[in-house]
Amino acid sequence: MNFFENLQLQASRRTFLGRATMGIGTLALSSLLNPFARAAGKPVRTQEGKWLGILNAPHFTPKAKRIIFLTMAGGPSHLEILDYKPKLAEMNGQPMPESYTKGQQIAQLQGAKLNCFGPQYEFKKFGKSGQDISTILPHIGSLADDICIIRSMHTEQINHDPAQAFMNTGTSISGRPSMGSWLLYGLGSECEDLPGFVVLISSGGGQDQPVAARQWHSGFLPSRFQGVQFHSKGDPVLYVGRPDGVSADGQKEVIDTVNSLNGVFNESAHDPEIATRISQYEMAFRMQTSVPGLMDISDEPPRILEMYGTKGGDGSFAANCLLARRLAERGVRFVQLYHRGWDHHGGVKNGVKTTAGLVDKATAALVKDLKERGLLEDTLIVWGGEFGRTPMAQGDGRDHHIKGFSIWLAGAGIKGGTSYGNTDELGYSAVENPVHVHDLHATMLHLFGIDHEKLTYRFQGRDFRLTDVSGEVVKAVLA
Amino acid sequence: MKDGFTAKSLFLGCLLLASNAFARTSEAPPRTVQFNRDVRPLLSDRCYACHGPDKNARKGKLRLDLREEAIKKAVTPGDVAGSLLIQHITSKDPDEVMPPPDSGKKPLSKSEIELLKRWVAQGAQWEAHWAFIKPERPSVPKAAADKTRIVNPVDSFILARLEKEELKPATEADRRTLIRRLSFDLTGLPPTPEEVRVFVEHKHPKAYEQLVDRLLASPHFGERMAMYWLDLVRYADTDGFHADNYRSVYPYRDYVINIFNHNVPFDRFTIEQLAGDLLPNATTPQKIASTYNRLNRTTEEGGAQAKEYLAKYAADRVRTTSTTWMGATMGCCECHDHKFDPYSTKDFYSFEAFFADIKEQGVGKPEGSLVPNDAQAAELKRFDTLIGDLDKTLVTPTDQLIAAQTAWETKTLVELNAGRLGWSPQKPEALVSTNGTTLTARDDLSVLASGENPDKDNYSVTLRTDREHITAIRLEVLTDPSLDNQSLSRGGGNFVLTGFEVEMPGTDGTTNQPVKIASAIADYSQKDFPVTAAIDDKRDTGWAVDGGSKATNHQAAFIFAKPIVGGSGTSLIVRLKHESKFKQHNIGRFRLALISVNKPALTESGLSDDLVEALRKPGNDRSTGQTEALSKYFLGIAPELDPVRGQLATTRIEKDEFVKTVPMSLVPVSIEPRVMRVLPRGNWMSDAGEIVTPALPHFLVHPGNQTERLTRLDLARWLTSRDNPLTARVFVNRLWKLYFGTGISKTLDDFGAQGEWPKHPDLLDWLAVEFMDSGWDIKHMVKLMVMSNTYRQSSDADEKLRERDPFNRLLARQSRFRLDAEMVRDNALAVSGLLADKIGGPSVKPYQPAGYWDQLNFPKRTYTNDHGDSAYRRGLYTFWCRTFVHPSLVAFDAATREECTVERIASNTPLQALVLLNDPTYVEAARVLAVKIMMDGGGSVDDRINWTFTRALERKPRPEEQRKLNELYRKQLDHYAADKDSAKKLVSVGEWPVNKELNVAELAAWTAVARVMLNLNETIARY
Repeated sequence: MNFFENLQLQASRRTFLGRATMGIGTLALSSLLNPFARAAGKPVRTQEGKWLGILNAPHFTPKAKRIIFLTMAGGPSHLEILDYKPKLAEMNGQPMPESYTKGQQIAQLQGAKLNCFGPQYEFKKFGKSGQDISTILPHIGSLADDICIIRSMHTEQINHDPAQAFMNTGTSISGRPSMGSWLLYGLGSECEDLPGFVVLISSGGGQDQPVAARQWHSGFLPSRFQGVQFHSKGDPVLYVGRPDGVSADGQKEVIDTVNSLNGVFNESAHDPEIATRISQYEMAFRMQTSVPGLMDISDEPPRILEMYGTKGGDGSFAANCLLARRLAERGVRFVQLYHRGWDHHGGVKNGVKTTAGLVDKATAALVKDLKERGLLEDTLIVWGGEFGRTPMAQGDGRDHHIKGFSIWLAGAGIKGGTSYGNTDELGYSAVENPVHVHDLHATMLHLFGIDHEKLTYRFQGRDFRLTDVSGEVVKAVLA
Repeated sequence: MKDGFTAKSLFLGCLLLASNAFARTSEAPPRTVQFNRDVRPLLSDRCYACHGPDKNARKGKLRLDLREEAIKKAVTPGDVAGSLLIQHITSKDPDEVMPPPDSGKKPLSKSEIELLKRWVAQGAQWEAHWAFIKPERPSVPKAAADKTRIVNPVDSFILARLEKEELKPATEADRRTLIRRLSFDLTGLPPTPEEVRVFVEHKHPKAYEQLVDRLLASPHFGERMAMYWLDLVRYADTDGFHADNYRSVYPYRDYVINIFNHNVPFDRFTIEQLAGDLLPNATTPQKIASTYNRLNRTTEEGGAQAKEYLAKYAADRVRTTSTTWMGATMGCCECHDHKFDPYSTKDFYSFEAFFADIKEQGVGKPEGSLVPNDAQAAELKRFDTLIGDLDKTLVTPTDQLIAAQTAWETKTLVELNAGRLGWSPQKPEALVSTNGTTLTARDDLSVLASGENPDKDNYSVTLRTDREHITAIRLEVLTDPSLDNQSLSRGGGNFVLTGFEVEMPGTDGTTNQPVKIASAIADYSQKDFPVTAAIDDKRDTGWAVDGGSKATNHQAAFIFAKPIVGGSGTSLIVRLKHESKFKQHNIGRFRLALISVNKPALTESGLSDDLVEALRKPGNDRSTGQTEALSKYFLGIAPELDPVRGQLATTRIEKDEFVKTVPMSLVPVSIEPRVMRVLPRGNWMSDAGEIVTPALPHFLVHPGNQTERLTRLDLARWLTSRDNPLTARVFVNRLWKLYFGTGISKTLDDFGAQGEWPKHPDLLDWLAVEFMDSGWDIKHMVKLMVMSNTYRQSSDADEKLRERDPFNRLLARQSRFRLDAEMVRDNALAVSGLLADKIGGPSVKPYQPAGYWDQLNFPKRTYTNDHGDSAYRRGLYTFWCRTFVHPSLVAFDAATREECTVERIASNTPLQALVLLNDPTYVEAARVLAVKIMMDGGGSVDDRINWTFTRALERKPRPEEQRKLNELYRKQLDHYAADKDSAKKLVSVGEWPVNKELNVAELAAWTAVARVMLNLNETIARY
């Protein structure tokens, strides 16, 4: 019997027990299923249909309750933002030594002459920790003492679509769950009236690479663990808006009638699906209030709007950062922001600066805002793209690059003001303490109290996990 | 960690306890241990990862999947205490105990250990894995039960098992439930209330069978089956990776529908899909069928390497084909030998090699072929014949043409001798440059560029002529000492002419009319810079002549599609464009000339030297070649043939227009197979692996003396041969799932060691053999299942049974499940009367929220929904954009069809509620249903509620249901009577015409009632 059958069994048993005794059964199960809720001393709500997570106890003491993943989609050039290479500046225009590139995978520069292309911006030491960060990211620079920069990331896929899939699911094969789905499956949702995995997308500053819905798909996990994309145009959540000509009261009457008719039918049908269906309609109804409430930022003081640099509602990265904080406050487990403007095959100098300008201030605002509210201590922040860019020129731009790139982490359980790992002197390969995408995933799960080898799901006879068959927790970045 | 472990054990213990109390009474440890049923699942799950088929992962040189290996070391039959296996699994030492605590494997429970001990004690028998042994038809058990409950052998097997389990089958479901169940299961659509009434009243003993036959004969049967099949083969309308653009494969979808409707045997269906294109004299449907081979995702992403993507496509085909037909998880073997089953890495890549003959590019838009139906094929043939005839006419001299040629020869010779033919250089009347180059006309009529030297510049030259017949313009590019390297430009000496355009002032005198240029010739073109690139539609490609390295004059001629009829004072505006990425590659000096000779050459006379030579000879002295060349040239320009040329051009345009109406599909083209290798750990960059040729999984076939290379056809034939132990079982198991909710083995996608031992193994084998014996007759199998009494049981169960068999694996009742995504939509449309039940055709676009496709790019796309009937087609026909599948379908668990999907896990989420409540599709269905309620539902509110219930659920409401709907109606009516504007808005949702005659408040209130009906769990479930 697999876990879902167990769950179904419990649900059906609750129906057998009848409504009078349901509370007890559910309470017991909830506390078994969700130690996080219990540990926090929260009253356990008996919410039928709400998923409490497969893990009955954390494998380690959890540090993070939620994560905000700031996906810099398109592949930001580490050489212009987080990984300064004076040697590369020195060798600007000279041929890239073949010892670096021989036998390595190359994307658009296939067959082209490979010349070094020096960093286009100065770097500066920021904060007490004196971290080297590009002068085009002054706001992120101001976070220097809170963040841990990993300069030795590497990945396996060199084109956007599969590389994003790899970053999100740990494989480039489709049909596998994304990291948000894994977390929901493992830990459940803390949110009664919002989805537990929310995706927000903005663009600008470079060529907008497509982002497929696959990136937040639950793959072979049930679709309840899928990410839900929030939109800046139309309904924020698809179909959350009432039909034309239907008032809130009118809609409530319809939903109440649906639920009472389902209830009447179930008196003879004894169908556990119906009990779940009723609770899902209740949640849908709550979402019709909670989602507009979330999106309505009229309660944000001017100081906050100024800090993020947004008036909201425009689908910009800044507006999405503000929403990310609001989602975090509401207990959403996994918030993923995409900013699509980092693909700079040409004109890397202006391109990176423009894109950096669109994300820098709001990123810093988000971290500071969370910190001020005491949320940063249990919110994990990840900032980075699906790969980096070549130290070699592609005209006046840079090509895709997978052997070395940079990201940074902050918040829950992260050792701020530090960096980890390094690329070689030309910024080509991660040579010191390389961190694979699987290692990053293992570390993220670890911060949630999860042993990445133990969060598995059986599909086609095999116990799958986010980290496939490898992944080591990067202990050095942990506080 | 220790704490965590304890807590987990405690938790598992609780569940086990619970299971024992509630569910496990039927599964007490067996007295006689059976390897396949009892032992293999344990060994596979806990041991095979390190002690199984994967030689590279094997620890301690021990394998437990083969008896002869296991008894050498770890198992001593009959000697429990002496068997290493038992010592290790019972050890208390954390370094000794198996599976090791850090392996991530679940520890063996007491009862599992007991079972293994008993197995060793009983002699440790091994069996070959059940699914790899050819099925034999088992004898049908004689159930002692009431014979009237046995319709066919399905019942005999199930009842015999129920008797053993001391369970009684449920009674037959009521007729209304039966017809709803059957209609949904066989056609994906609800029955009409009239069909229900007729069936309920039809007391004939054959009534049920007649219903089954009618539904099996319905054209919607094929649609229902296709919905399932299309998930397996990952059929979709877009190519899947990155830009995810459209490609046409819908003829394949229609082929599948047709196959099921016409009950084409499954073996033929298999052969046509895998190898239809390879069949001798393949028919169009067979070619369409073989589109199966190209349904995989493909990429057009810039920078993607073809070799990498060819490897991805090849692996995808193995995963899909092996899962679809064999229930095999061969995908594991891309990187290593299978951990649980005997499939090896070499098997995987040998399987890939079956598809190595398919012509494909790793990166780029997949090329399709036309797949015309008979009428279209006839029309295409008519076009081709006509075009062929016209082409022939154009090259066939007639007496009249021969006479005309003689006259032309005489006249041309005279003109040639008088020097009246040939190119005539023109004086430029006006010279303009767009970016500042100074253009100066010289005495030799050439034009020199000087002054500013912009990166890009476009020149415009006006010519004036009195010539009456102008066929072409010649462009000479000339060297000059003032230019770089004394060559042709001031950008290093070379130029790139990206555009050559000619215009004439229009009749209104203000706007210019373009003169169409049909062709271009040049005396020299640099590699990759042909002169034709100057007249294509691309801005950045053009003509160049290596002027950077060679300072030589060159010339090109641009020939008009139709000669210009000029006359005195004719103006021509000529534009020379330089818009390439090469800086300052603008022509430095040039001269333009006109000519009247048709099809001119770049010679002084405009006629090729060979032609001139031939012309100058008397007819009798010409060689055959010269005679032919003259004839050919003349026929090419003869004014007598102008009408034929005109007709040919028109016919070609008509054909092109017609071709656009002919369906396309990605029919494979078989070519010389490319070399396939084992890729070490799946690394596509490596060429180190062994070269492989097509081969079947080694352990499933006897090695023969095969000499010829196997093909896809051989693969297909093997899949559906009697020698294949898997295919028939896999297919009937999936059919069973469609009609009973769960497979006989619930792991529909895995018939390997990790798969579930079938709950009714004899029944599965009996069905598999019956399927093959029947000639792979799909409808026969469906009928067998749905005719059974087992199928017809009520899905109600008392508490005891629900506890005893919560997942209904024993089948003492029917199962209940939610309708599939497409059917949820179909049902709402059918109930409202909106459903357009056309079969097949290009995919359609129903309503979809604006902006849902915003994240797509290359190119950006805006979704525009279809109108009229196309907005009300079945969900099956919805445009399947793989990266953004229609959100209403996704909410109900539709597959993205990026990968082979064997089973959709049915979920129950708030997003589903939001779809049914707010998606305009469902609101529109409700408001259209509301019109019907008011028109056909009788006069009183109660009558109308009765009618609505019958319409939506084919039953009368219970008093409580009646009361609640009545209450809702009253409240909504009060509300809408006071707010007519809102009422109007609600009854206008969607594009269906708005009813303006009925009272709008009432209509809105009935819309609310109808919405409730479409949202009920019962409405979207099959009982």
